[in-house]
Amino acid sequence: MASNRSSSRHQTARHRLSVIAGHLQRPADSNAAVLAVECKAQENRPTVKTGDRSEGRTVPRRRQEIMKWNGWGYSDSRFLFNKKGQAEFTGRRYRLSGMIIPNLKDWFEGTFGANLQHKTPAIPILNSSAVQRPTLNEVFVEELKSTGIPFSHEAEDRVFRSHGHCLHEIFALREGKIGRLPDMVIWPNSHNDVVKIVELACKHNVCLIPYGGGTSVSSALECPPEETRSIVSLDTSQMNRILWIDEKNLTAHVESGIVGQDLERLLNESGYCTGHEPDSMEFSSLGGWVATRASGMKKNIYGNIEDLVVHIKMVTPRGVIEKSCQGPRMSMGPDIHHFILGSEGHALKPQVSSIFTSFLDGLKTFYITKFKGFDPNRLCVATLLFEGDRERVLQHEKQVYDIAAKFGGLAAGEDNGQRGYMLTFVIAYLRDLGMDYYVIGESFETSVPWDRVLDICRNVKARIIRECKDRGVQFPPLSTCRVTQTYDAGACVYFYFAFNYRGLSDPVHVYEQVERAAREEILANGGSLSHHHGVGKLRKEWMRETVSNVGVGMLKSVKDYVDPNNIFGNRNLL
Amino acid sequence: MASKAVYSHRDPELKKRDEFEDILEERRTTSDLRYALKCYTPVLYKGLTPCKTSELKNMVLQSDQLHYVINQVSKETGTGTDEIQVEVEAILEEMAHRLQLSTVRFFAFTLSKIFKTLFSSICVNEEGIQRLQQAIQEHPVVLLPSHRSYMDFLLMSYILYTYDLALPVIAAGMDFMGMKIVGEMLRMSGAFFIRRSFGGDKLYWAVFSEYVKIMLKNGFAPVEFFLEGTRSRTAKSLTPKLGLLNIVMDPFLKGEVFDVSLVPVSISYERTLEEALYARELLGVPKPKESTSGLFKARKILSEDYGSIHVYFGQPVSARNLAEGRVNRSQFNLTPRHIPRKPAEEIQDFVNDSAFRLVRAQEESMVLKPWVLLATLLLQNQSAGNKRGMPLDELTEQAVWLRDLSRQFGAFLHWPEHIPPSKVISSSLSLHRSLVRISEGRVQLTLEKGGRAEPGLRPPAITPENELLNQAVVILSCASYRNQTLHVFIRSSLLASAIHYASVNKKQEIFNTFSFLRNMFSNEFILRPGAEVQDFEDACYLLVKSGTLQINQQEVLVTERGQRTLAFLTNILDPFVQGYQMVCRFLCEEETEGLTEKQFVPAIRKFIIKHLLIGRLKYAEVLSSDLQKNALAALLRLGAVQKLRRSEEEWTLKVNTVMVNSLEDTLGGKLPTQNPLVARL
Ligand SMILES: Cc1cc2nc3c(=O)[nH]c(=O)nc-3n(C[C@H](O)[C@H](O)[C@H](O)COP(=O)(O)OP(=O)(O)OC[C@H]3O[C@@H](n4cnc5c(N)ncnc54)[C@H](O)[C@@H]3O)c2cc1C
Repeated sequence: MASNRSSSRHQTARHRLSVIAGHLQRPADSNAAVLAVECKAQENRPTVKTGDRSEGRTVPRRRQEIMKWNGWGYSDSRFLFNKKGQAEFTGRRYRLSGMIIPNLKDWFEGTFGANLQHKTPAIPILNSSAVQRPTLNEVFVEELKSTGIPFSHEAEDRVFRSHGHCLHEIFALREGKIGRLPDMVIWPNSHNDVVKIVELACKHNVCLIPYGGGTSVSSALECPPEETRSIVSLDTSQMNRILWIDEKNLTAHVESGIVGQDLERLLNESGYCTGHEPDSMEFSSLGGWVATRASGMKKNIYGNIEDLVVHIKMVTPRGVIEKSCQGPRMSMGPDIHHFILGSEGHALKPQVSSIFTSFLDGLKTFYITKFKGFDPNRLCVATLLFEGDRERVLQHEKQVYDIAAKFGGLAAGEDNGQRGYMLTFVIAYLRDLGMDYYVIGESFETSVPWDRVLDICRNVKARIIRECKDRGVQFPPLSTCRVTQTYDAGACVYFYFAFNYRGLSDPVHVYEQVERAAREEILANGGSLSHHHGVGKLRKEWMRETVSNVGVGMLKSVKDYVDPNNIFGNRNLL
Repeated sequence: MASKAVYSHRDPELKKRDEFEDILEERRTTSDLRYALKCYTPVLYKGLTPCKTSELKNMVLQSDQLHYVINQVSKETGTGTDEIQVEVEAILEEMAHRLQLSTVRFFAFTLSKIFKTLFSSICVNEEGIQRLQQAIQEHPVVLLPSHRSYMDFLLMSYILYTYDLALPVIAAGMDFMGMKIVGEMLRMSGAFFIRRSFGGDKLYWAVFSEYVKIMLKNGFAPVEFFLEGTRSRTAKSLTPKLGLLNIVMDPFLKGEVFDVSLVPVSISYERTLEEALYARELLGVPKPKESTSGLFKARKILSEDYGSIHVYFGQPVSARNLAEGRVNRSQFNLTPRHIPRKPAEEIQDFVNDSAFRLVRAQEESMVLKPWVLLATLLLQNQSAGNKRGMPLDELTEQAVWLRDLSRQFGAFLHWPEHIPPSKVISSSLSLHRSLVRISEGRVQLTLEKGGRAEPGLRPPAITPENELLNQAVVILSCASYRNQTLHVFIRSSLLASAIHYASVNKKQEIFNTFSFLRNMFSNEFILRPGAEVQDFEDACYLLVKSGTLQINQQEVLVTERGQRTLAFLTNILDPFVQGYQMVCRFLCEEETEGLTEKQFVPAIRKFIIKHLLIGRLKYAEVLSSDLQKNALAALLRLGAVQKLRRSEEEWTLKVNTVMVNSLEDTLGGKLPTQNPLVARL
C-alpha cells in the first residue's frame, strides 16, 4: 500500500518533469515563448507625430486622436455583439482583435439576466455646449504664454483630464453629464517646465492637478466642485523619455509621464524590463504609479513600485525635493520618499524617477493553469506567470507543481494560461460592453492577513449580495473575487462586483452604496482601505479610522509645510 | 433598525402573530411507529462541510485556540502538554453529544405516547417553522427557547423532528448527567453537557467554547441553549446569562461567519408539570436531585391533564443587524483570533443588550391562557383581604375587562372567541382544580390545611407556620401563572405606581420616580438596560391609548375611568414593593452583623413568616426566595449592601443602614425620589 502510493507519486513527479522539460526545450524565440507585450495592444505607433522626441511613444497630446472619450482604451478596440448575436472584439491591436468570443453571450445573459434586446447605448459625441466655460486666470495665462509651454482650453482636452475610470465617472460621461472640469490643460516637456509652471501657479494662486495616464480608480482626478480658483491640469504625457540607462547599477533615469507600455518596450530594446506591470500598464504612467503606490502582477519577483524606485526628483510649491545620492537603501530618519509614494498628486509632483530594471537574460515565460477538482462550478483556477532565467523558472515551476500536486491540482496548459493573462488587459473593455446592456460594475481591492483571506472573501461577497437585495436590485449580482498578490504575511484580494440595473432609477447611487457597504465589510474583517488603488476622494471618509488621528495629523502637517496655499488642490487623501 | 428586528411595534396591539397548528392531532390519528420511522431528510446549512460527530471532536482537539490554551496552561502549571491533552480529551468526552438518529426515533415514539396522555394539544406556529427552515439554510442558527420545564428541550427536538428540521445540539446542565440512562439517551438525542460552574477554569472554558463554536461555524446543527440559564421557577423570565451568547456571537464578530441567526422560541404551558415542585423549592424545601427514578416517580403526573402547550418560533434575529452601528468589528483585527481575550466593555454591553432584546422577544410571543388572568385577579382579591374568595359572576366580569385591557397592552392572549366567557372561565378553573375551587358560587384558592399535601410526603404537623407554608405553596403556584402576565404590564405598572407615589402630577417628577422604581426592580423583571426613556414613553403611550391618562407638556392627569386600570396596575407591583421593603426592614432591624450570603435566605424567611403571622404583611408570596434574592442583588448593585469575603467560599454582608433605610422609605412613598441619597443611585 505504502509503496504503491509512493510509486504513483513517483510517476506523477516524472510526468511533471517531462512537462517542464518540454517547455524548456522549445527554442526561446519560438511562438510559444510569449512576451507580456504580446498580450497587450500591438502596433502601437503614434498616430500623430508631434516632433522627433516622441517617436515611438503611444500617447499624443490630443488623446482624442486615439482614445475613447467616454470609455476604456483605444477608440478602435471594443467588444460588441454582432448581428448574429456573437461577441467580437474589434480593431487590430490585441491578440483578441477580430476574433469571435463564442461563450460570452451565454455567460453574459446567464450571469446578469441581461438581454441583447435591452440596450443602453452611450451618447456618441461630446456635446461641447454642455461643458462649462473655463475660468481662466488671465495673468497666469499671459505669463505662461511667454514660457512657450503648450496649453489648451478646448472643451475636449479639458473633459479628457477631468476624470479617471471609476464607474460613476464613466457612467456620467456616457450620459453626457459633465461636472466641474479643469479650466485648462498644460503639457510640460521637461523638469524645468514643471518648475516654471509651479512657480507661476504659486504666484497667481492657481490650482494644479497632475495628470498621468488618467487611469485612476479613486476619484483622484475629479475636480473638487468647491474649488473656485482656476484649475489647471498638468498633463505629463509628453515627459516620456528615458534619460539614461546605467548598466552597472541596473538603474534607469526616466521622466515621470512615460506610460507603462512605452517604458517596457524601450527597456526591452536594451535588453531590460520594467518589472512593474499593473493591469493598466498600457495607459498608466510612471508618475501615476509613484503617486498611488501602485502594484503589479509581477511584484513577487520584482517588488512593488516602492521597491523599484531608487531616486525621485519632485517639484513642490516649497521647492524641489530630492536625495543627494542613489544608494540602494539609506538610514537617514524616515524615508522622505515615503511622503512622495502614495501622495496622490497632493501638492507633490514627482518629476523624474530612476527605476530599477531587471536583467532579461534568457527570459522565458510560461503559463500554466491549475485545476483543483473537476467540477467546473467549483473550480479554482490560477493563472501563473513565471519569469526569470532558465534555472529560476525551472525551479519555481517545479515548486508550484509540487504544491499543486499535493492538493490534487494539475496543469491546464499554456494556452489556458495565456488566455487568463490576456484577459487582464481587456477586462476594462468588457465593462464598457456591459454598460451597453444595463450592466454596471467595478472591481476594488484590499490587502489582508492570510488567516482572514477566506473569511473576508466569503463575507464581502455575501454582503454585496445582501446589500443588492436590500436596495432593490432585481437580478442577482455578480459577486466574486480573486487573490492577485501574495506576501509572506497576507494577500491582496480583488473583488468584482457587477449587476444588471434594469428597474433602478439611480443605478450609480445604488452601486456606490453597495461598494461603500462592501468597504465597511472589508475594514470590519481586517482588510486594508486599499492595497494599491489609493484613497483619492472615494475612500477619504475612512482615513481617520484607518490611520488614527495622529496619523492624519502627521500627513496634514507635511501638506501644510510643503503646500500651505493648497496649490496642488485635488483634495485627495486628507 | 436593529431594535425593530427584534421586537415591538409602537402599538403592541397591532403586532402581527402567526396562526398555530396542533401537531398532536395527526399523532392521534396515525401510527406513532410509522411516524418514528418516517423518512427524515432535513434541509441543511448551505455552507455545511459534512462531518461526523466523531470528527467534531478531532476538529476541536486540533483547533489553534485549544492549542494555544494548552500551551499556556502548561507554562503556568508546569504540567506537560501531553498530560493536559489527556485532560482535554476527558473533558470533551464528558461534554460531547452523540447525536444519533435511532435514539431520536425512539424518543419520537415514546414522547408521542407520553405527550398524548399529558397534553390536549401541542400548538406550533407553522410560519415560524418555515422561517426557521429558511434560516437554517442561510446561516448558522442558534435556537433560544424559554425555559420553564424539563420538558423544554425534548419538546423542541420533538417538534423539529416532526417538521423534518435539523435536530439541534443542546447545551444541558450537568445535573442531567446524574440520571444514568436518561443522561446517555439525552446525549444521543443531541444534548451536550456543561458543568454548572467552572469559574476560572481556562482549559474547560476553552474546550467548551471551541466545541460550541466549531459546531456553529460548520453549520453542523443548530445550537440550542437557554438564555435564562436555568428553569424559571416563577414563570417570570430570568435575567439572561451571557456566557453562551458570548460564545455564539464570537464567530460573527470575528468574521468567521457572515451572520448568525438567533431564533427566540417561546414555550408556554397551560399547566406546568413542575408547578407545585417549584413553589416548594422557592419556599425552601430543597429540590429533589434530578434522578431517573425521580422523574418517573412522577407517575401520578401521567394521570393528570396538563392542557395545551404553545410553541412560538419567533422571527430569526440577525446577529449582524443587532451589531450594526453598535459594534466596531475592526477591534478584532489587531490580535490573532485564536488567542482568547476578555471581551471589551463595548462587546459586553452589546451582548448584554442583545440578550435582553432576545428575552423580550421570547416574552412577547408567550401565549397567555385565560387562566393567567384569573390567577391575577384571584390573587389581587385574596390580598385585598377577601378570604372567602370571589363571586363567580364578578370574576367573569373582571376577567372580561382584564382580557380587553391586556389585549390593548399587546398580550398574546389565547381566549377562545366563539365560546361564552363563563364557559371559558369554568373550563380554565376546572383544569386548575388543584389550585382553585368553586363553592357556593364563589371562587376560592384551595388554601385550607392539608388540602394540597402531596402523596408520599410526610403529613406536616399543623403548626401555624406549617399552615402558612402550605397556603404559600398554593399562592406561589398561582403567582407563577400571574407572573406570566407581568411582561405585558410591568412598564405601565411602574408608571402607575410612580403616579401613585408622586405627590404632584409633574411629568418630570413622575419620570424620576418611575426611574427609581425601574432601577430598583431591574433584577426582578426584564427591563433592558438603558431603555428607561423608551420604557417610560411606551408606558405613557399605552396608558393614554387606553384612556387611563391624559398627558400634556408637563402634566400627567388620571382620567375618571382610568382609576380602575391604575389601581389594577399599582396592585400588580405592590407585592414586589412590599417584599423589597420587607427585605430592607430585615436588613435594618435584625442583627445582620456577620450574616453570610448563605444564611440570608433562611434568616429572612423566618423574619417574613413572623410578619405574616402577626398580620403586618399581607403577601405570602414574599416568602419566595427568588424575590428575596433579587432584592438583595438589587441592594448590592445599588451599593446599599456590600459583600465582604470571609473565606474561600463564604461572603458576609455589610449593610449600609442609612441607605437601606432611605430606600425602604422611598419605596413606601415616604421620601420623594429627589432625595439626594436616592438621586445618587
Ligand atoms: C483597468 C484598470 C486596471 C488597473 N490595474 C491596476 C493594477 O494592476 N495595479 C495598480 O496599482 N493599479 C491599477 N489600476 C489603477 C491605476 O492604473 C493606478 O492607480 C495607476 O498608478 C494610475 O496611474 P496614472 O498614470 O493613470 O495616474 P492618473 O490616473 O493620471 O493619476 C492618479 C493620481 O496620481 C496623480 N499623479 C499622476 N501623475 C503624477 C505625477 N507625475 N506627479 C504627481 N502626481 C501625479 C494624479 O494627480 C492623481 O491623483 C488600474 C486601473 C484600471 C482602470
